[in-house]
Amino acid sequence: METLLYLVFGLVALVGGVLVIVNRNPVYSALSLVLTMFAVSALYILQQAYFVAAVQIVVYAGAIVVLFLFVIMLLNLGDQGNLPAASGTRRFVGALLGVTFAGIVGAVVWEYASTAGPAAAAAGDIDHTKSLARVLFQNYLLPFEVVSIVLLAALVGVLALIRTHGRGLDSSEADNV
Amino acid sequence: MSTLLIQIVVALAKALFIILLVLTAVPILVWAERRVSAWMQDRHGPNRVGPAGLLQPIADGIKFLTKEVLIPAHVDRKLYLAAPVILLVPSLMTGAIIPWSKPIPADSALGGLLSAVNWAPDGIPFQVAQINVGVLYFFAMASLAVYGIILAGWASNNKYTLLGGLRASAQVISYELSLGLAILSVLLIVGTLQLNTIVEWQAGGMWMVFAQPVTWVIFTIAALAETNRAPFDLAECEQELVGGYHTEYSGMTFATFFLAEYANMTMSAALNVCLFWGGYTFFGLEQILPWWITFGIFLAKVAAFLFLFLLIRWTFPRFRYDQLMRLGWKMLLPLALGNVVLTALGLAAHEMWGVPLWPALIVGQVALIGGVALVSVMRTKAESAGSAESQARA
Repeated sequence: METLLYLVFGLVALVGGVLVIVNRNPVYSALSLVLTMFAVSALYILQQAYFVAAVQIVVYAGAIVVLFLFVIMLLNLGDQGNLPAASGTRRFVGALLGVTFAGIVGAVVWEYASTAGPAAAAAGDIDHTKSLARVLFQNYLLPFEVVSIVLLAALVGVLALIRTHGRGLDSSEADNV
Repeated sequence: MSTLLIQIVVALAKALFIILLVLTAVPILVWAERRVSAWMQDRHGPNRVGPAGLLQPIADGIKFLTKEVLIPAHVDRKLYLAAPVILLVPSLMTGAIIPWSKPIPADSALGGLLSAVNWAPDGIPFQVAQINVGVLYFFAMASLAVYGIILAGWASNNKYTLLGGLRASAQVISYELSLGLAILSVLLIVGTLQLNTIVEWQAGGMWMVFAQPVTWVIFTIAALAETNRAPFDLAECEQELVGGYHTEYSGMTFATFFLAEYANMTMSAALNVCLFWGGYTFFGLEQILPWWITFGIFLAKVAAFLFLFLLIRWTFPRFRYDQLMRLGWKMLLPLALGNVVLTALGLAAHEMWGVPLWPALIVGQVALIGGVALVSVMRTKAESAGSAESQARA
């Protein structure tokens, strides 16, 4: 039963992923991405990682793809909103990146397949959220904080970029005009 | 019947019951909305069909069903038809984790009928799914509803509907943060994500709202914005956008949007009751009362909240878009962040120095209100000084 569900959701995730790049219409691409997110979330549930599954939906399906759609709709795409076919160089770069990524994933899978693999999560009433929090905030506190500072730096950088472009529009200068 | 079969049947029955309950609540809510708005504006409201107009929603429903489903020629057919359903389904799914009453005891009539002693000696929980990420599940499903609005706006291929969809997406993303942070304070205190445990924690009469009034206000405002209810209904602003995201819809597809809005409201009210107002509990009385009365208590609390939502809608004018963004990002979000920090400090004081829980939490809430008052006074002073200066210069 579990294997069957794994196959079904894995297939749905792959189909969604392929549809993202095959669809000419960016809105449909974004929706295919949501489909993939859901299937991946279901895979997490099969691994009993409920917290990660829920967060996957909240963050990716609930916020990030909504933002994608927001941007797609703001960029007024003419011609029924369809994207033109990719040029030769873009295809080549895309293929190169794809092969590299597949290689990395393959290496990781190979690594796990050749060793014993991670111990299966003990079944039963574990509070997964609590154990995840323990790992994140006790064992790996420093890396976690470093990552959050990197994200914060990105945010500040975005604000700084906007500031330089929007010069002349802030209120003090507007008052003087 | 085997135990497994009974369990499956019971789970299906619970799911069906909750869906029917919500769908029944919608016509009553539509009627209540029209009567309450009439009452608040000193009008009569619908009063012709049935006693006090109670059958009006049924007449409306028949009208919607018999109307032609008109699909404009220029729309994206697939998404145009899918959008109302995408809006409705997540809001119905959120009902799965709400504990609607205390567990149905195994020795009650219904429990005996289902021979619950064999498979649920502690009682059958009146909750479809007791998953250990309960609140997060609710949050995940609620955040999906916005797709319905965005897609309706985009698929209609009309600039007004598109603007409505854009507004909805920006609004939902902005207020989701405050909503999550408000829930986080509650989760910190109770220490679990399971909604039934959160309700049981409040069973002694120590409802969360008594310890966390500010959190409750933040949560309620953000939840109103999430459900696109007035004064946050910019996505369907009639004066600017004709009808917003559902301009191009008619007949039953339009009615589905209505259904979804009221189902969303009901679920939002139910979550509010569970997190802050003790769920089905009532100051210890739920221990002695039969389960179906606790169910009634829960429904009464939800109804009170829905009434509050109606009052809010007919009291406050709609926000302007920039006001909406300022409220979300510059007021609610910092407030919610400060609230989480102060709640965590209160909990630390409780655990490390043995300060009683309630004073530790309420001091944080008072400090938060004090801080807000201080900041707003300082800001007003700075503003009046600034305007005086510019006047002097002029």
